Amino acid sequence: MRRSQIHLIGLIAVVCLGIAPYVLGSFSITLLNYIGIYALVAIGLALLTGVGGIVSFGQAAFVGVSAYASAWLSTTGGYSPWLGLILGAVLTCSIAAFLGFVTLRLKGHFLSLSTIAWGLAIAYMFGNIEGLGNYNGIASIPPISFGSIELIRSTQIYYLIWAIVIIAVLLAYNLLNSRVGRAMRTLRGGDTLVESLGINAFWIKLASFIIAALLAAVSGWLYAHMSRFVSPTPFEAGMGIEYLMMAMIGGAGSIIGGIVGAAIVTVLKNSIQDYLPLIAKGASGQLEIVAFSALFILFLQRARQGIVPYVAKFLPEPAHEPPPPAEPLPRRTQPPPGQTILKVDSAVRRFGGLIAVNEVSFEVRSGEILGLIGPNGAGKSTMFNLITGALKLSGGGVAFEGASVADKRQYQIARAGIARTFQHVKLRPRMTLIDNVLLGTYPRTKTGFWRGALRLNKDEEASAYQEALAQLKRVGLGDKPYELAGNLPLGSQRVLEIARALAADPVLLVLDEPAAGLRRQEKLQLAELLRSLRSDHLTILLVEHDMDFVMGLVDRIVVMDFGSKLCEGEPKEIRSDARVQEAYLGAVA
Amino acid sequence: MTPDIAAILGVDGIATGAIYVLVAIGTVLIFTVTRVIFIPFGDIAAFTALTLAALDTGQVPGTIGLLVALACLATLVEVTSLVRKQDYREIPYALFYYLALPAAIALAVWLLIPLKPPLPVRLAMALLLILPIAPLLDRIVFRPIADGTVLLLLIVSVALHFALVGLGLLFFGPEGVRTEPLSSFHMEIAGIMLSGQTILIVVAAIVFSVLLYLFFDFTLVGKSLRATAINRTGARLMGIRPARAGTVAYLLGSLMAGVSGILIAPVNTIFYDSGFLIGLKAFVGAIIGGLASYPGTAIGAVFVGILESFASFQSSAFKDVIVFSMLIPILIWRSLAALHSEEEVDE
Repeated sequence: MRRSQIHLIGLIAVVCLGIAPYVLGSFSITLLNYIGIYALVAIGLALLTGVGGIVSFGQAAFVGVSAYASAWLSTTGGYSPWLGLILGAVLTCSIAAFLGFVTLRLKGHFLSLSTIAWGLAIAYMFGNIEGLGNYNGIASIPPISFGSIELIRSTQIYYLIWAIVIIAVLLAYNLLNSRVGRAMRTLRGGDTLVESLGINAFWIKLASFIIAALLAAVSGWLYAHMSRFVSPTPFEAGMGIEYLMMAMIGGAGSIIGGIVGAAIVTVLKNSIQDYLPLIAKGASGQLEIVAFSALFILFLQRARQGIVPYVAKFLPEPAHEPPPPAEPLPRRTQPPPGQTILKVDSAVRRFGGLIAVNEVSFEVRSGEILGLIGPNGAGKSTMFNLITGALKLSGGGVAFEGASVADKRQYQIARAGIARTFQHVKLRPRMTLIDNVLLGTYPRTKTGFWRGALRLNKDEEASAYQEALAQLKRVGLGDKPYELAGNLPLGSQRVLEIARALAADPVLLVLDEPAAGLRRQEKLQLAELLRSLRSDHLTILLVEHDMDFVMGLVDRIVVMDFGSKLCEGEPKEIRSDARVQEAYLGAVA
Repeated sequence: MTPDIAAILGVDGIATGAIYVLVAIGTVLIFTVTRVIFIPFGDIAAFTALTLAALDTGQVPGTIGLLVALACLATLVEVTSLVRKQDYREIPYALFYYLALPAAIALAVWLLIPLKPPLPVRLAMALLLILPIAPLLDRIVFRPIADGTVLLLLIVSVALHFALVGLGLLFFGPEGVRTEPLSSFHMEIAGIMLSGQTILIVVAAIVFSVLLYLFFDFTLVGKSLRATAINRTGARLMGIRPARAGTVAYLLGSLMAGVSGILIAPVNTIFYDSGFLIGLKAFVGAIIGGLASYPGTAIGAVFVGILESFASFQSSAFKDVIVFSMLIPILIWRSLAALHSEEEVDE
């Protein structure tokens, strides 16, 4: 499917929405209004939960904060609802920023549990504050008005609601396909991966959280001034899970899925209300929630992917149009050859009583390939994690280009110029090769949330694209940039990780057992690639235990055994060293 | 606040906390064995109270209908899955455990009601009716996704809670109930009145905690449960079926929740939807224990009870706001205390 075709479909959808009030009855329009209002929240959740993997049960509370804020300001204060929108949005985003700041460091289900907690706390507050009408709520809220036109009838506010929904969809799509959007799509890969790319994972999570809250705030404002009445009920925990349900049924991570999910849930709820009394007389209210929860559970058991991703499988692939040629991204000046760039000075790391790394010192000089080898359990991987900041030092120091990295966060170390790969490949399997490599350019580009959402980033995006494509070609994967990373064989996935690391324009490339699990032919190709990188003056630190692979490739070797450094030297010396032979073979051979 | 009031609030808080201890320990038990954060646990407690109230007045409790409905559904799910696996020999067992056994309990209780049995028998009847519910729900709802992420199980669990609230209204109606106190005993220590009910609650919490400890440390079934909690795959290799361990955990947990429901019914008026708050507050206690440690959970649950008691004295409208807001600092403290581990990656 070409881009113009997608635009055409979008245009038809907008036209259909535009003429709907002239075709449909007022009941259908009211239903569409609710769908639009719910869809805004669901789109926020699609970004937060579907893309970012942060499951929030508390969005209904955010909707409520904004609805109450605007309702209160426009009834008791008599101010314009537009001021109410500002108050609602600012208040909601501030609360979200505070809650996010406090809770977003929590992991997995702990984070979701905290959303239940504050969701409930906020919902209880609405019913207990006298100024907000306790459980009776606030009535006779003024409608939104444009000049002298008051949006009272459902067909009037309909256009406002759907204009906002369309804008939200466009902004969300742009955002997802921008630099920050790619970072958001990486959150599900875990913090270690995200931070290794020079991305501040916490900041991305916080921003996603505030964006979702902002959408909820707009939804709450529309709700308050459409129904002209607010009470605590629609903002309670039950509605929180209904929003989650909309986002998940539509398709976790799909923006359009937010609208589809909101439509399905709203229509379904309506028809359940219509038809249940026919089946079970007098018990419909109770059965409604039962039927609804049961359907949701069934959905989660059988079709977790959601509707839009399922339908998308049957549609033709969207055509990829590469961006125009652009200025290359600026490169950093590499240090002159032979200079010490990484200095490990009596590094110590303890895990309780176990000393995994014991007083290890070595240096990496620019332009060389240094091999760090040792038998299983020697402490190589721990050393690796100390250098990249994934683990903190218990003693000693690690300095990169003269600056200590001991108290720096992982993403700061990555930004300073250390790019890494992983022993167990960490790629985004559902993103294309080019998108995976584009992630590497994150520290070299600047586009933020707003510029990304408003598409003010075209030049930079084109430059980054060219850089990523160049790196793909450099490692030999340039022929199919739009393949999904998950479809590659393991050997190519490792090479793709190297391309991603290269896209960061690093000073030092640290590879964690890159030859593990590769076939002989793949190992030879990998060695060839690393040699070509060295001839481009890149410095490489290789953690490996495949002796054959290391011996023919590296300039110098550091050998570790039982957490300590055994010896250091050129491959020839190491090969004839009695201590190394003992460590590897158990006795002097 | 005078020391007298503080003492009364303290006693009240400990009694409330003891109720939460029972529910919280059940929650932790189920979480460690099955990785399900079983939010509907409070509902089980509330349903027990409603069942007992119905039995006290000689009515047929809604639990019977609920039990039979769930048993039929679970049997359907189990038999379908067995037929699909072409495992026809297991079908008679499935019919016995999932259909005949719950139906027999329901029938027995139904036949006993007109005989107006004494209180201890009514208590046993209420517990017998409530025990199979959680295991049946496990079969219907959680078993098909037993290998999903904790997060998926949590979402399902929250949805299940809402389904149960609806079912509760359907089967028990909207009226609140308060049962007769189990004991009319009163005593005074240092000027503070202690009711028999309060003492009973605290004693029950202690007794059941100790029994659970003995069960885990000195019986083979208990040890197999602990093994499953520590490592499902490892336990499976040792011939332990995680599904069966899960059923045992749900039964034990339901017993705890049921007892707490019986104990709280004379103290608080219980509605069909009261369970949510009981469950969530117990859950706050469980999180203080890190969802892993039983003594930690007990201390946490008592702390929540005391906090709630003092909060309701200061501002009764905001007591729930205060209790749930507390969860956030606790979660942060817990996640800081948690050991560094590779995060769950889900696609």
